[in-house]
Amino acid sequence: MQEIIEKLQNITDDKTLNPAQKARYLSIEAENMLPYPALDAQTAEALKQRVICDMYEGHAPYKPRYVLPDYSIVLKNGSAYLELPPPETLDEAINTLMIAYHHVPSVTGIPVYIGQLDDLLLPFCDGVSDDALYRKIKLFWRYLDRVLPDAFMHANIGPTDNRVARAILRVDAELKQIAPNLTFLYDPKISSEDILAMATNNIVECSKPHIANHPLHAKLFDDRGYGIVSCYNVLPIAGGASTLTRVNLKEVALRADSVVHFFAEVLPHYMELNFRLAKVRVDYLFNKSNFFTSFLVEEGWIDPDRFTVMYGIYAMAEAVNILQEKEGLAGQYGFDDVANKLGYRMSEEMARIVKNRPLENVWRGRAMLHSQAGISIDEGATPGVRIPYGTEPDPVSHVQALAPHHQYYSSGISEILTVDETIKNNPEAMLQLCKGALESGFREFTANVASNDLVRVTGYMVRLSDIAKFKACKGSRTNTTALASEAADGTGILDRKPRVVGHELYPSYGQ
Amino acid sequence: MNSIQATVNKILTYSCVDGPGNRLVIFLQGCNFSCVTCHNPYTVGLCNHCGDCIPACHANALELIDGQIAFDPSACDQCDACLDICPISASPMVQNISVADILEIARKNKPFLSGITVSGGEATLQLKFVITLFEAIKADSELKSLTCFVDTNGHLGAQSWGRLLPVTDGVMLDIKAFDPALHHGLTGQNNAKTLKAAKTVRDADKLYELRFLVIPGKTDTEAEIDGLTKFALSLGPDIRVRLNAFQHHGVRAEAQGWETMTKTGIDKIAAHLRKAGIPEVITPAFYL
Repeated sequence: MQEIIEKLQNITDDKTLNPAQKARYLSIEAENMLPYPALDAQTAEALKQRVICDMYEGHAPYKPRYVLPDYSIVLKNGSAYLELPPPETLDEAINTLMIAYHHVPSVTGIPVYIGQLDDLLLPFCDGVSDDALYRKIKLFWRYLDRVLPDAFMHANIGPTDNRVARAILRVDAELKQIAPNLTFLYDPKISSEDILAMATNNIVECSKPHIANHPLHAKLFDDRGYGIVSCYNVLPIAGGASTLTRVNLKEVALRADSVVHFFAEVLPHYMELNFRLAKVRVDYLFNKSNFFTSFLVEEGWIDPDRFTVMYGIYAMAEAVNILQEKEGLAGQYGFDDVANKLGYRMSEEMARIVKNRPLENVWRGRAMLHSQAGISIDEGATPGVRIPYGTEPDPVSHVQALAPHHQYYSSGISEILTVDETIKNNPEAMLQLCKGALESGFREFTANVASNDLVRVTGYMVRLSDIAKFKACKGSRTNTTALASEAADGTGILDRKPRVVGHELYPSYGQ
Repeated sequence: MNSIQATVNKILTYSCVDGPGNRLVIFLQGCNFSCVTCHNPYTVGLCNHCGDCIPACHANALELIDGQIAFDPSACDQCDACLDICPISASPMVQNISVADILEIARKNKPFLSGITVSGGEATLQLKFVITLFEAIKADSELKSLTCFVDTNGHLGAQSWGRLLPVTDGVMLDIKAFDPALHHGLTGQNNAKTLKAAKTVRDADKLYELRFLVIPGKTDTEAEIDGLTKFALSLGPDIRVRLNAFQHHGVRAEAQGWETMTKTGIDKIAAHLRKAGIPEVITPAFYL
């Protein structure tokens, strides 16, 4: 008890956290005093050893990890629960969204998805001049960053070339804020070359947006579509993900005698345990938590049938190198053909296992494979299928080594290409790299320019100057700076050669 | 013809500093200038198989076979000790690569490429190879959208330019200095051919940019900057000039003692050029 009190006091007295940040950590501590949903002995042991991992989502899943409301519902109908009439002007539409965001839960308590903003706002733009649109978007953007300061909050635009998307890209490059994160959905048949160039010029300017390969994503979803949320998680709109549990492939490989043993026994064993971990969490959310009695369901913002399970994997680089060593082979992941092929085989096999494992209360009855980008406490484990930080080859070789993985990761995969700052004199090179990556089968193109203050750490954006301030114990108004600071210190993420990085969540205080 | 080979120092499939967009860059070995400030002097000489580099190679990647240097790339760990010891600024690691080989590399990397650039060394010393390569790219249905650029010191005669320009989309032309004596001192050659080449290339509408290396106390003088301004303006109203700042990275001993060029100095010169009416002046993205 004394230990608990001390821990809670450390939070309440912390000089770097603001009151809202303290309240959040206190609530996490409270949740984690509850018993964990019942696990069988093998799964519990694997979780304890962190061969599998629940992302420290908490002991009582009373809300889904990621919620993607269909915001077109509230813009069309208003909301009886929130006592909102249907908006009629652009100001009213933006105001309605600003209110709506505060009622959308997520694992962090801040919405991870704020909508396909051009589709949502274009119907309200008739008669609004370009200049007025720009000024309204700028205020909206400032509001998002100051009031919902979390880099996991994600806006989507595209694939069409339209006024709202252009205004957003202009404002985003100008303000260079951490939040919101931004993805442009690119479809070579629909998007203009001009707007893609505008997006890639923005990357040169501020390392945002991500460029998503829209045709590859769209074909996996239905007419209600998908959204890119948090870092680069690809999920059904009007639904989301109940949970994300992940397998540490490095730990799995350490428990295998050989490549044959790995594929025949060890990998399937731990993959099954990770399914069980997901299952108890989904069961709690659906059967105990009463989450789906929310007005969000009643008014049609979300549909309980549209929540998937994200099946995460990470530390493939370490797993491949460990197995190569056990086989007496020298080739390293990311550089050697044999090593890379072993990696592709892992991805293919894991996708097969996920496809064949039914799950209840999960969208379409199956989980979705995800290349998980890591959390702040991961050490010696490279995110997803990425090449270890600081050792990546040039961007073209980098893409070519990893592209064959992308077909298997339906709920998201991202590599961070770090590009040196000479590209600032030649942004056309960024455009060409992006087109090359997407044409090679990348589901997502993400790049950091080495000298930018705004960079990605595992997937979310941070300002390097904020990290420096945070370390000087001045605190930060953004929730992800503390997380990024830990990730940067613990995982060598900023050791990356000038190229890219991703996102994830700071699981609990002091971890 | 695609079996014609070049002596190649290095090939990059990613470069954003050798012309517009991302480019496949072929660094050809050998140069007709001997610039004191060269940042890759190991591309200047051609190997004479003396074998002095063999004992310097700790990875045993080099040996003499029938009087010729043989290099094993799979054993090499890129320590570059062989380059340091070479008495003639050559490299034992060069490879002979055919036009067909380059086409294959271009095909494999095509989605990422805006074009191809031959650089060096001095690319035009292997003129026949360059022309054959560019012709082959333009004749290839899959590759013809790639633009073909040359990065050159311009020390090439009019007849040769007449053969090269029709198959070239853009030229990046380096002018080392405008004062003939200064140019000779820096490069060991006269600048008359280079200055003439700039006009020839410009007349063919193929001059992508003029490049000028600014060296404190040598090429940053009023006379040199004035020479650059007048020369650039004489070429036409829409000329693009790239200022490079002299740095120590890669340069040999003599120039290591020279002062490096600062951002302040470059920005001042760039402002002067812009004020004089040169529309596009590019300055370095960073300074070492």
